[in-house]
Amino acid sequence: MTAVAESGPLHFALIGTPNSGKTALFNALTGSRQKVANYPGVTVERKSGMLQTPGGHSVNLIDLPGTYSLRARSPDEEVTRDFVLGRFASEATPDLLLCVADATNLRLALRLVLELKHVGRPILLVLNMIDIARRRGIDIDLARMTAELGVPVITAAAVRRGGTDDLMRRLDELAASAAGARETTAWKQPTASELRAAQREADRILAAAVKMPAKPDTLTTRLDAVLLHPVAGLIILLAILFVMFQAVFTWAQPLMDLINAGFNALGALAHSTLPEGLLQSFVENGVISGVGSVIVFLPQILILFLFILLLEDLGYMARAAFLMDRIMGGAGLHGRAFIPLLSSFACAIPGIMATRVIDNPRDRLTTILVAPLMTCSARIPVYTLIISAFIPSKTIWGFANLQGVVMFGLYAAGIVSALGVSALAKFVFWRESPTPPFMLELPDYKLPRPRSVLMGVYTRAKMFLHRAGTTIFSMMVLIWFLASFPRPPAGATGPAIDYSLASWIGHALEPALAPIGFNWQINVALIPGMAAREVAVAALGTVYAIEGGKENAAQIGQALAHHWPLATALSVLVWYIFAPQCASTLAVIKRETGSWKWMALTFGYMLALAYVASFITWHVAVALGAG
Amino acid sequence: MALGLAQRGFRGRITAISVSPEASDLPVGELERRLIELGFTEGAQVEILHEGLFGRDPIAVRVNDATVAIRRREAMAILVS
Repeated sequence: MTAVAESGPLHFALIGTPNSGKTALFNALTGSRQKVANYPGVTVERKSGMLQTPGGHSVNLIDLPGTYSLRARSPDEEVTRDFVLGRFASEATPDLLLCVADATNLRLALRLVLELKHVGRPILLVLNMIDIARRRGIDIDLARMTAELGVPVITAAAVRRGGTDDLMRRLDELAASAAGARETTAWKQPTASELRAAQREADRILAAAVKMPAKPDTLTTRLDAVLLHPVAGLIILLAILFVMFQAVFTWAQPLMDLINAGFNALGALAHSTLPEGLLQSFVENGVISGVGSVIVFLPQILILFLFILLLEDLGYMARAAFLMDRIMGGAGLHGRAFIPLLSSFACAIPGIMATRVIDNPRDRLTTILVAPLMTCSARIPVYTLIISAFIPSKTIWGFANLQGVVMFGLYAAGIVSALGVSALAKFVFWRESPTPPFMLELPDYKLPRPRSVLMGVYTRAKMFLHRAGTTIFSMMVLIWFLASFPRPPAGATGPAIDYSLASWIGHALEPALAPIGFNWQINVALIPGMAAREVAVAALGTVYAIEGGKENAAQIGQALAHHWPLATALSVLVWYIFAPQCASTLAVIKRETGSWKWMALTFGYMLALAYVASFITWHVAVALGAG
Repeated sequence: MALGLAQRGFRGRITAISVSPEASDLPVGELERRLIELGFTEGAQVEILHEGLFGRDPIAVRVNDATVAIRRREAMAILVS
């Protein structure tokens, strides 16, 4: 470690086709020493990690988005191309291209290697999943392949213990010699005929160096006969989604209650230890409940990502997209948008984070845009409060409870509007850009490795806590500030919030919100409700001077029934279907899209929808005599 | 004939990739290159393994030793015999 150490770490880039086990190899080589960030200006994830070769060289390994070609077709693939070609001003040119290929599925990978040779950087081809290839009886002549390709070839089994030892030794040798050898790149966009010629050459090498078994592995074919069956496949998909939805909703609940109870206890502790006053209010209501309202989503996010990563590693995710493509396509959504949208019923935050499975940026943005319209669990306390106070519990159509029908209607309205908005986005925003084709490889089924899955869940959890935590926390503090300042004057009789900026804003909003039937008390409750929708229930209690917050919902309901006409109650319900009443969701949209523009757009269109829908609801209800 | 018209269970070989302008919103040369990059090259063996429920779309196609999902619209550019 002399010359190398002085000139800084070497940069090795992992590149390969989708499903080549690139990420598993990355995890095996770098362990938990990973850093996830975004590339400047784009929303593409930049994953890198340090590794120490046995000889003591430090190597910075960069996991590039999977691609079939350097001919970039999406922002992800542009990152791969620009990185490999050294076009990123802020990034070093890679000293070595570590090309990863699935040893059981080499045809397209060999063509990619032939293309990468034009880049003029040293290449090492890693035949990953060699254990599976051997078990299936695939016979690969490494010496022949090395000679034919003109590129060194080595085998690895990323998920096996010791499966990367040979690779590590080889990286050590390459690290010792890699500095220096720099050629100018001769790569340019291949034409169709060049691609054909390269694929023919790859097929020739494949025929020369690889002997496929006489009896091919039929497990995937047999499973697909059921899992991709037009009818049975859809039913199984729905069953899987049902279990997942149940898990996110119910398994997470005890943990969420525990976290809630923990933060409540902490809040109570702060309340009793600190002297009454500003500091007490800040620590209790600003810091502790602010942080708590974020952390409480963590169990849902962990369970959701556990399912997503398991299904992804299993190879099922591509199948789900295949089954849902036509159904989602009608609304201008990608087949893969299904799972993020379903998760948004629990909470839009994990739903928006789950859109990462959609590789096309256009489809991903549309999904992020409509995910907050799905009825999340935080709306339920608001819905139940108003429904039980205003909607009589009577049987209609002989079997259905009116309250249940209204609740169902609110959910349905969310779904229908999400599909409508995405269809609209397709015809308005993306009219100019062509419909991306649906073409995707269906990988063989593989048993997921617990270590790799857990590492993925851990990375997501860390990212959520870091990313959402910082932004959301600052919003919470802002909302606390609005609801607490200025302080009530000495001898004030009303609740403290009446004297605050929030109340001032509530009154200022009156002219704007009166046409949809909102009084100033509702306007005031909307502001702390931005922290989390369910907080609005407690806030309504506060403005109507009822002590006890959420636990006293029945009493609050009575007060509302006394103070509000039915038309106002309906208008508030409709408002909550559409309104961008959640600072955390907006913060996550900003984080995930990397732009204020998309956050502002989501906020704007949801606000417009909410206002128009509530306006119509209120006026129709008043006209029908419910005012 | 075009792979986009073939039934489930069809087996054959690719004779040509020929993109007509209505096959995709993509520029003509772009779809051709994407198809080649996914392994749809002349001489490759294809078999339609599965189809979707609605309009029998999309289709899952075995191309030599890999399986690729594709919509029938784009598969119209793949000529087979």
